[in-house]
Amino acid sequence: MTMNKTALHGFHRALNAKMTDFHGWEMPLYYTSILEEHQAVRTGAGMFDISHMGQVRVSGPGALETLNELAVSDVSNVGAGRACYTMFLNEQGGILDDVIIYRLDRQDCLVIVNCARRAGDVEWMQTHRRGAVEVRDISAGRSIVAVQGPRSGSLLEEILGVRVSGLGRFDVVAVPALGTQAWAARTGYTGSDGFELFLPDLDAQRVWTQALERGRSQDVVPAGLGARDTLRLEAGLRLYGTDMDTTTTPYDADLGWTVAINKPSFIGKEALLRQSAQGLSRRLVGFELADGPVPRHGFALLVDGRQVGRVTSGTFSPVLNKSIGMGYVEPSLARPSTTLQLIVRGKTYPVAVVKLPFWKGTSGAPAAVAQGKG
Amino acid sequence: MQIPPALRYTKTHEWIFPDEHEAMVGITAHAQEELRDVVYVELPPLGKQVNQGEPVAVVESVKAAFDIYAPVSGTIVKTNAAVTQSPQVVNKDCYGEGWLFAIQPSRPSEVNTLMTADAYTKLITSEQPS
Repeated sequence: MTMNKTALHGFHRALNAKMTDFHGWEMPLYYTSILEEHQAVRTGAGMFDISHMGQVRVSGPGALETLNELAVSDVSNVGAGRACYTMFLNEQGGILDDVIIYRLDRQDCLVIVNCARRAGDVEWMQTHRRGAVEVRDISAGRSIVAVQGPRSGSLLEEILGVRVSGLGRFDVVAVPALGTQAWAARTGYTGSDGFELFLPDLDAQRVWTQALERGRSQDVVPAGLGARDTLRLEAGLRLYGTDMDTTTTPYDADLGWTVAINKPSFIGKEALLRQSAQGLSRRLVGFELADGPVPRHGFALLVDGRQVGRVTSGTFSPVLNKSIGMGYVEPSLARPSTTLQLIVRGKTYPVAVVKLPFWKGTSGAPAAVAQGKG
Repeated sequence: MQIPPALRYTKTHEWIFPDEHEAMVGITAHAQEELRDVVYVELPPLGKQVNQGEPVAVVESVKAAFDIYAPVSGTIVKTNAAVTQSPQVVNKDCYGEGWLFAIQPSRPSEVNTLMTADAYTKLITSEQPS
């Protein structure tokens, strides 16, 4: 099978990036080092090619009504020029995907979906159209460049001439200077301040080249999916397909804040009401190791020799300088400071449940996800 | 890439310094580059008896854990605390400060079954993807 390649693929190869297969896409894992790229995003700015993600345009008089039926959040509370982190559920309350809905105009939304869920999401949205609405996968010929880190704003303004200083967290705006049908949003998947640019391929190539050529003296580096994963984990952000899937609900994943349960209806609402009444059987928690190996997906979590859960994600946190992870445990064990045992290669290591996110940022700005409610 | 001529090498990218009392073992520059970000090292206990080709230590990068195999049979007589304290030493100086453990060989002739620097150079050149 030939791999999908983004419009920036040639640039990654030219930079000698270590490439990886991400759901059929040949993407940069790192350029020099995951740890270096991680630190660059926390202290300067990193440029990510995330064009593998799907861009779906939902527009027409029924756009808002359609998305409000599909998403757990109240999309009608999201004003034009605003965005929200939310999820689509099946009738059983299982998570089909987590997405960001950017409300470009009153009845015009851009939905960013996970690459592995792209076809499924588009079909799901088509099936559940309400009224006169067009659901279009506009990903072909388009890219997404994420510029993340405390210096990302000045990078965009000074190097690329894009006015973004007026954008608040989860704001989105059309940027003609970036191309036709180009938008910039103050969103990201790193926990640091940053922006995501949705734009045509040719414009993405221009932006990528300019940012890296002119920004090199200002701590701007290209960053790969490896750093994207360690950054999002430090920020306590879940990864679809790893930390949640159709077998988990937003309540299981401790993302109940995304759910507007008082909305008249949305797909999965009845299942969530039933789950609320019955209580949870497991909950996602964050945990850290004072000292020890890296927790990996699938490792067992125990209490007194009895298995109580499983790790879904883990990594070494470069900023906290310790191993961190997320996993599902019995709800009674989800309280911070609870001690669990992690089994790695047959050995037992104590881990402590901690409140997410692991890393709370330096500027006092609330973490990305918490801002998504607006 | 550095491949010191005084060392012997395994197909699994360990190096060993041939010595009948304390044969130091580490990972090669090629392995270090492939792993890239070493964040955790697990070493065998002192006194452990090991057989040639058996996994005895673990080096973890951000992305995955890798077994380190004993280049020769013998007893673990030394381990390097510096790499468990600061795992990135393995990236910075894999043939020096980043050594992992030392074996007292029980079958000294086994070292002759390992690759010379020339043979190892050929191996990794043939493994290069492009």
